[in-house]
Amino acid sequence: MRNLPYTSYLTAIYLFFYIPIIVLIVYSFNNAQYSLLWHGFSLRWYHELFADSDLWLAVLHSVILGVTAATVATCVGGLTAISLYRYDFFGRQLLYGSIFILILSPDIVMGISLLILFSMIGITLGFWSLLLAHITFCIPFVVVTVYSRIVSFDQYIFEAAKDLGAKDSVILTRIILPLLWPALLAGWLLSFTLSIDDVIISYFVAGPDFEILPLKIYSMVRLGVKPEINALCTVTFGLTLLLIVISQLSLRKKP
Amino acid sequence: MKHYDNGLKHFSLSIIWLWLTVFAMLPFCLVTLASFASHDDAHLLTLPATLINYIHLNNSVYVKIFKQSFYIAGICTLICLLLGYPFAYLIARMQSRFKGLLILLIIIPFWTSSLIRTYSMITMLKPQGVINSMLLWLGVISKPLTLLFTDTSVMIGLVYNLLPFMVLPLLTNIERLDNRLIDAARDLGANRLTTFRKIILPLTMPGILSGSILVFLPAMTIFYIPDLLGGSKSILLGNLIQNQFLIAQNWPLGSAISVVFTLLLAVLLIIYWRSSGNKDSQELL
Repeated sequence: MRNLPYTSYLTAIYLFFYIPIIVLIVYSFNNAQYSLLWHGFSLRWYHELFADSDLWLAVLHSVILGVTAATVATCVGGLTAISLYRYDFFGRQLLYGSIFILILSPDIVMGISLLILFSMIGITLGFWSLLLAHITFCIPFVVVTVYSRIVSFDQYIFEAAKDLGAKDSVILTRIILPLLWPALLAGWLLSFTLSIDDVIISYFVAGPDFEILPLKIYSMVRLGVKPEINALCTVTFGLTLLLIVISQLSLRKKP
Repeated sequence: MKHYDNGLKHFSLSIIWLWLTVFAMLPFCLVTLASFASHDDAHLLTLPATLINYIHLNNSVYVKIFKQSFYIAGICTLICLLLGYPFAYLIARMQSRFKGLLILLIIIPFWTSSLIRTYSMITMLKPQGVINSMLLWLGVISKPLTLLFTDTSVMIGLVYNLLPFMVLPLLTNIERLDNRLIDAARDLGANRLTTFRKIILPLTMPGILSGSILVFLPAMTIFYIPDLLGGSKSILLGNLIQNQFLIAQNWPLGSAISVVFTLLLAVLLIIYWRSSGNKDSQELL
């Protein structure tokens, strides 16, 4: 950019995005409880963090939940996207519309409506309620990710396969899946990230016996600012960063 | 498209329809039903059916919270648009080998836990926080400003969290802008302002609308931002619904609030649909 005002505007916005996160990361290594001043590099807060067994349990719960929810959502969402693309069926527009509405519907409304559903059919709030809720809010995002990739495929591949006598199941396993795996991986990572970050929906459908990471962070933050949380946020941020880079690379690689 | 065997199709379609019916449509019907229910100490929801919850909503306190939420979300959307549009425009039209990296740097906050980003704002805004220390050190102020637990801090938190949701749709939209149209307008004697008003703005309207929806909708319901950054005064709809469900334990009233809220949003979305045409709906994300 040659233009100074433009460059400074861009820089200002990037600083707005990143300074708070960078400050957080820097202070997670600061050897002081409250002070803003630099008291030397220390891994003290990370040691305290790793010693907190409740927290580890919450992390474990979140990972189990995220992996399961992302896997189920990717299977269901992937099949839905493929059907939306390949088949003409009664209610296709309605299905597309419902998925679209599900993306737009406010998290909090989804949270309370699932809470009412679970309490009416008698599902105890805990792992299963969280899992069902997380799969539900991940599916539409997988559908959108996979669908936007599948429409860029060459239609004639499928026609050719069919002309050569391939069944639907063969087309799926031999043509669609190999071509589609980057989009499916991106959808999976997206779902995993959504699941591991979700606060609003989980807040309503979580139970006391199954604590998950975002709600644990939320309750820690509500109790006050502690350097341990800085360390926790830094670790979580690092993991998110890793997932984003993987998903970006997998989407960018053209099949 | 013709197909020879239907097994896979029926399998996929039945799963998704079953899932949507049980976990999306049925729950929403239940919320609607619950909003007409009564409640007592022993039951969260009970008969007789009543309209009392909706009548309660007409109370000036609730009306005020509705208005305030829409107002705050509107201002937040406007700020995000004013900050985000020039930003997205500059990045989208940039010819630089760093462009990919710069776009990645917007995607990262988009996917980072918004709870963590809200928490990072506390470190910035608190009395002994980064901003106050900086201003004190520079001698601009003599004692710390009260930045945290105010309406301003809630607004800063909302904008900080939601700005990427405005920038990304705009970026996608502006990148697809046909340069030749801009060149043509300039060749035909339009000045910069006219070109922007007559060519660029109408062509990027879908991006503006998508971004605005993605900012406006969550702005009203992210209850943890006012909870962590605001004083008890700044109550948004999200906080109100959360309160009715988990603290006051008045599910029927909470449901009624959600139903009214959803209907208001539906009206807004229908207006959006009408004004942008159905084709753009797929471009929202």
